[in-house]
Amino acid sequence: MWGYYVTLALRSSARSKALTALVIVLLAFGVSACMVSYAVFRATTSDPLPGKSSQLYVPLVDNVGPSYNNQGEPIETLSYIDAVALWQAHQANRQTLIYSTTWQVESGNSLVPAMSLGGDAVTTDFFPMFDVPFRYGGGWTADDDARHATVAVISRHLNEVLFGGQNSVGHEIRLDNQLFRIDGVLEDWNPRPRYFDAGSHGTVYAFNDAGDIYIPFARATDMKKDSTFAYCPTASRQSDTSHWDAYLHSECDRIDAWVELDTPADADRFREYLRNYAAEQQRLGRFSWAPNIRLRNLTDWLAFLDVTPAASTLSMLVSASFLLIVLVNVVGLMLARFMRRAPEIGVRRALGASRAAIYRQFLIEAATMGFVGGLLGVALTLLGVWGAGGLFEPNIARLVQADSSLVTLTVLLAMAATVVSALYPTWRAAQTQPAWQIKIG
Amino acid sequence: MTLARAFMQLPPIVTALRRHKAATLLIVLQVALTLAVTSNALFMVATRIIHLSRPTGTDESHIFVIRNGWMIGQNPTQIDANIRTDLDALRHVAGVRDAFASNDSPLAYEESVAPISTRIKLKPDQTTMSRFAMLSVADEHAIDTLGASLIAGRNFRPEEIATVDSNLKLPSPGIIITRSLADKLFPDGSALGKTVYLPNGPTVIIGILANLQGPISWSQSADGDNVLAPGRYIDPDGVDYLVRTDATDMKPAIAAALKALQERSGIRVIDPTDGAATLLQAREQTYATDRSVAVLLSIVCGMLLLATAGGIVGLSSFWVGQRRRQIGIRRSLGATKGDILYYFHTENLLIVGGGIVLGIPLAVLANLGLMKAFYPLQHMPLYVPLLGTLLLWLLGQVAVWGPAHHAAKVPPVVAIRTE
Repeated sequence: MWGYYVTLALRSSARSKALTALVIVLLAFGVSACMVSYAVFRATTSDPLPGKSSQLYVPLVDNVGPSYNNQGEPIETLSYIDAVALWQAHQANRQTLIYSTTWQVESGNSLVPAMSLGGDAVTTDFFPMFDVPFRYGGGWTADDDARHATVAVISRHLNEVLFGGQNSVGHEIRLDNQLFRIDGVLEDWNPRPRYFDAGSHGTVYAFNDAGDIYIPFARATDMKKDSTFAYCPTASRQSDTSHWDAYLHSECDRIDAWVELDTPADADRFREYLRNYAAEQQRLGRFSWAPNIRLRNLTDWLAFLDVTPAASTLSMLVSASFLLIVLVNVVGLMLARFMRRAPEIGVRRALGASRAAIYRQFLIEAATMGFVGGLLGVALTLLGVWGAGGLFEPNIARLVQADSSLVTLTVLLAMAATVVSALYPTWRAAQTQPAWQIKIG
Repeated sequence: MTLARAFMQLPPIVTALRRHKAATLLIVLQVALTLAVTSNALFMVATRIIHLSRPTGTDESHIFVIRNGWMIGQNPTQIDANIRTDLDALRHVAGVRDAFASNDSPLAYEESVAPISTRIKLKPDQTTMSRFAMLSVADEHAIDTLGASLIAGRNFRPEEIATVDSNLKLPSPGIIITRSLADKLFPDGSALGKTVYLPNGPTVIIGILANLQGPISWSQSADGDNVLAPGRYIDPDGVDYLVRTDATDMKPAIAAALKALQERSGIRVIDPTDGAATLLQAREQTYATDRSVAVLLSIVCGMLLLATAGGIVGLSSFWVGQRRRQIGIRRSLGATKGDILYYFHTENLLIVGGGIVLGIPLAVLANLGLMKAFYPLQHMPLYVPLLGTLLLWLLGQVAVWGPAHHAAKVPPVVAIRTE
């Protein structure tokens, strides 16, 4: 039956070439516009750490109060005081403190000039918590954190530049004029978005490359390295680093903290701990407001920060409305196509075809056209994905990829769209009165 | 054809449309959606284009910036001496007109050494919201280097230029601000000579610039609000050297300037790939998203209009095919070819008109929804959907032209032929 109806569809398409071509081309454009936007959207909204995103949490404590917070929301980072207090309380299985900064890097190699490179000051759990892959060696130990050790983990890229890609574990590099021992070299690791310090970076930098250097948090603080970003509850919102100890113990928010909590019950316990901590600070007179804390997991955190670029959401929205308009169009054209064949339907019905048979015939016809439209749509999608490189910023465009799931989805969407838009025309076709159509020639 | 005759033909057209409710409604719906989407999309394109073509108020095509990082371990006195020597060297490079050192540069928030935001009060004890502005450290060469035009007051004097560290503790003797900021602080236009209060203390407005765009480029309203504060910016991280050249081809001057700085290497870090960038490159980079959104929306709008036109051609052709007999009868009863053309064009005008009646409120609603979802989006003025209306009416008339001519060619003899 399928084969017969497909043949009928092709034959009727051959009779009204222009109309058929119009439907197929419209469908192909509508579907491919959607799929290209979807490929971009998918690249910017995918889960950066599948399987773990519901166990990693960002704790926030409002330490600046109603006059400086974000309309009731705590600032997206912690102050040094709160970050260290949380760290020492050790209420989670794993926890890490992070702040991003830049380093002046010199190697023993005189051919490589000094470089200024970005990176993060982190604590040991950073590497296992975020599944950071190592090429050589590994992260430092908790003991290194406690000793404020001069150890470092460098990116694969920096290892290529300084050591020609050789295993450099145990070698030394000079960061801001201090010697650090390399404990580990990372594999290519570039999470998109760069979620782990997105709280301090904000959404503008969320799709930037990850840094090249990681050293212990305590050592970076000893070296008086300021974070790239800080929010201070002062008139100018600027940080004053001229008195380091005063700055360190000020209410400037600048540290990204993460905790790993395996079960929702653990998360509830931690939330309770945070609330008690804030209440304690209120009792001590440091906060003059009721506890205002947040604990969001990675997925909720990215949604809260709204890291998806507006350009990507906008293009998704516009192409979806484009597809909608194309579908309305296709309904009209299908209606014309099916009504033109009223005599044929009349004859089929008079010869004993049931309404169900008419439904089957026309829906299969629609699906066939959808399939052809989908194939053309795949070609246009591939073209569009290739062209997205010229349209979006490089750091987003290079995330966009066509894969087999995108191709399958394109064809399926085209078929589903056509069948849906053929429902009403088919119903009209099935209503055809056989007697009417065969009465006069 | 007289007007009266034209009106006489309207009732039969409406009656005929009632017979094709479904098809008519589909075109109406399609026109309405198209109007809503295209007017919003084209409005966004227009606002983006206006946003990204705003002038910086500088001689953009002759300015480049060197991002100069300092090697660790130099004290403020050494850095101050470095900057003085560097500026002297830069100003003597062949092809360089002038140069100065600052903490940031126009259109380059991310690349700048240290973009500084500040808050300005009119009274020291002001409790209401202070005015946001970006602050750039500058010397007496800054205005000439930028090519900015001083419309009131005076330039900095060499004796006003002292060292300024990144904590900006010392009050400035006097500041130069942009007209946009001056008008916001003193709407009556009396800004020159007034004392204002920065976080680091009181200062006097000594000059007003016609226009100068700061490092932030995404803001619709605040990136023209800039303060030039006198000083030499001593930050252990580094300094931005802004250089103005004589020739539009800046390559030789950039190479010569870098060479002049590298003569005393050891003290600095300049990235070999993007350590020096022209303002035009900064413009390209900072507006990349705006440009891609504008291009993307334009492409989709074009496809949308083509799709709608295609739909109108398709359905009109179908109707012409269906009504061959009717057209033949009309022709044999004396209707001219012009009458038939008039019939289909008027029919299209009515259908598209119906779509527009539905589409304008839809467009306004969509604009309100988008304003909620995308922050820097303005109210769409009503003339935008009205322009869209004209466009769609024109599009409909062009699209129906082919099928209508096809219809007008139907010979009267069709009326008596049985098919």
